[in-house]
Amino acid sequence: MDDLRAINCDVDTNATKISARGVQVHYGDTHAIKDVDVDIKERSVTAFIGPSGCGKSTFLRCINRMNDTIDICRVAGDIRIDGDDIYDRSIDPVQLRARVGMVFQKPNPFPKSIYDNVAYGPKIHGLARSRVEMDEIVERSLRRAAIWDEVKDRLHAPGTGLSGGQQQRLCIARAVATDPEVLLMDEPCSALDPIATAQIEELIDTLREKYTVVIVTHSMQQAARVSQKTAFFHLGSLVEYGDTDDIFTNPRDSRTESYISGRIG
Amino acid sequence: MSNIPSGSVARTKMDKVRGSLSRRHRKQFILQAMGITAISLAFLMLFILLASLISTGHKAFTQTEITLEVFIDPEEISAERLPRGNFDDVLAAALAADLPSVDPNDRAAMRVVGGILSNGAQFQLRDRVVADLSLIGQTIALSVPVSDPYDQLHKGLLDRETPESLRRLDDTQISFYDRLIEIGAITSSLNTGLLTNADSRFPELAGLKGAIMGSFWALLTCFLISFPLGIGAAIYLEEFAPRNRLSDFIEVNINNLAAVPSVVFGLLALAVFIGWFGMPRSAPFVGGMTLALMTMPTIIIATRAALKAVPPSIREAALGVGASRQQVVFGHIVPLAMPGILTGTIIGLAQALGETAPLLLIGMNAFITSAPATPFDSATALPTQIFIWADSPERGFVSRTSAAILVLLTFLITMNAIAIYLRSKFERKW
Repeated sequence: MDDLRAINCDVDTNATKISARGVQVHYGDTHAIKDVDVDIKERSVTAFIGPSGCGKSTFLRCINRMNDTIDICRVAGDIRIDGDDIYDRSIDPVQLRARVGMVFQKPNPFPKSIYDNVAYGPKIHGLARSRVEMDEIVERSLRRAAIWDEVKDRLHAPGTGLSGGQQQRLCIARAVATDPEVLLMDEPCSALDPIATAQIEELIDTLREKYTVVIVTHSMQQAARVSQKTAFFHLGSLVEYGDTDDIFTNPRDSRTESYISGRIG
Repeated sequence: MSNIPSGSVARTKMDKVRGSLSRRHRKQFILQAMGITAISLAFLMLFILLASLISTGHKAFTQTEITLEVFIDPEEISAERLPRGNFDDVLAAALAADLPSVDPNDRAAMRVVGGILSNGAQFQLRDRVVADLSLIGQTIALSVPVSDPYDQLHKGLLDRETPESLRRLDDTQISFYDRLIEIGAITSSLNTGLLTNADSRFPELAGLKGAIMGSFWALLTCFLISFPLGIGAAIYLEEFAPRNRLSDFIEVNINNLAAVPSVVFGLLALAVFIGWFGMPRSAPFVGGMTLALMTMPTIIIATRAALKAVPPSIREAALGVGASRQQVVFGHIVPLAMPGILTGTIIGLAQALGETAPLLLIGMNAFITSAPATPFDSATALPTQIFIWADSPERGFVSRTSAAILVLLTFLITMNAIAIYLRSKFERKW
């Protein structure tokens, strides 16, 4: 816990990367997110916790506008990354997603080679000018995702042939290949065994050096292990947001306390 | 409750379970037995169908031929007047040489002798002579088909016990046949003409080339129209169209379209393509357009199902790294759905290959003795050819009809096998 506190001191000096004000999300008639205000710090890991259906994933998907693909979903309010309103008319979601990468719950590599999986993002955005440059991007991304040593000899083998944990790290490599500023992770370890989970958690801790990481998790231990800030969602509202240490040791709201001690969820 | 020993409670419970267990087993047994019966019946029907087709059709795969030593008499055939050469007389004379009982000057008897040969024999001889004029005046060996009654006799389909007055060949004709068998002039060979000749009034000359080419052109046209249109429509409806009343309406109607009887499409084609647009009758191109109307809903439905079957995680993954909608669809979804799309397309085309009614309405059941060189020439298709042959009175067409059905089935089974192969080869597992 001591080292975590040391990190927190660091974080507090960081600038705000993402700021959300009065965010409302409706799914048809359901009011999924109610008036959420949150400021997410740069180069830190922020965890969203809460019981199933509390809206934490929905809110996460607002940050890279993945909710746009759902016809019945309407998002209102103001979300800014570095001060730019990401729901502004002039912002193309495609452009936004080059800045905000995402890793999903279930490892979902493309049924292509490991190399092509990582190269896909840079290719569609035209980030590499030559084959050599692309090779560099692929290697750098795989190294950042701590999977380079395991796959460097079989870059052209299908990505779907890897184990679950390797697939998830490949997906992280794919997400960081476009060099995003923010990395969203939607329960990235829920389909993985404890060893793979530990590897991913370790990786998340190193990713913090370069990226602003926002992670949704069901596991409170995971939130405590990897994050510096924690937001607790309940029934679509942001109940409590603060330093991870404070949330877990000294929650201010009774609902947070009930959830952490296992009474709701 | 307390005075009942717990053991007996357990026993009565287990008795109940056991009772229900035998009931459940019986139900399962009955279900399985019904399933096996249904499958056996289906296989039996299939077996009967194929057995009857093969037993009548196999005879059409051989052709009775007669080998003659033909003296090409310069008096009858001259290089200057080839079109008016008496090829049939030359052939009859060659036959008469093998039949000592016939007087070559008896014109009536010579006509009967000439009748042993197929009507096409004289054209075969003519073609030989036209190709090589130096043959005139020489004696050449020539194998030509015999006419249908002799073919039937040779294949054992003509009963010698039938009273002479009811028989298609009288005793003299049968004696000619026996004499020719004796000297070894009559042989059976593989009937390549079945696949290389076009249609003919004479069963021994009739072949499927015209029908196969007609079906080929029609299917090619059908594919070129329905594949891009069907896939385009399906991709738009599935991936890009907004979900509203209009798209629901279109969806319902596409499903309805797939259920419209094919004869209705034939009438539509007759009225629109031939009536309004003045397109040629009997042309495989028009046939293909008509079949495309029928195949398109099948392709649209199969394509949409294949697109829907692509896991949403792939879509999210691509969107997540910043692919545009079009890149997601054409870079990921469509390639992954391709095996399903191809399977649906091939099955749709196989249906179109076997479709008869719409082709009858646009006149693809005409009697055409040459294979179509382009999709705009008049032609028949395989199913309509079967229809025409089944309708013909000559005995020889009975086995040829079955043989044509076997050819059609071969094409259909091949197409379905390709579909299965593609599906298993490109199927991906997630």
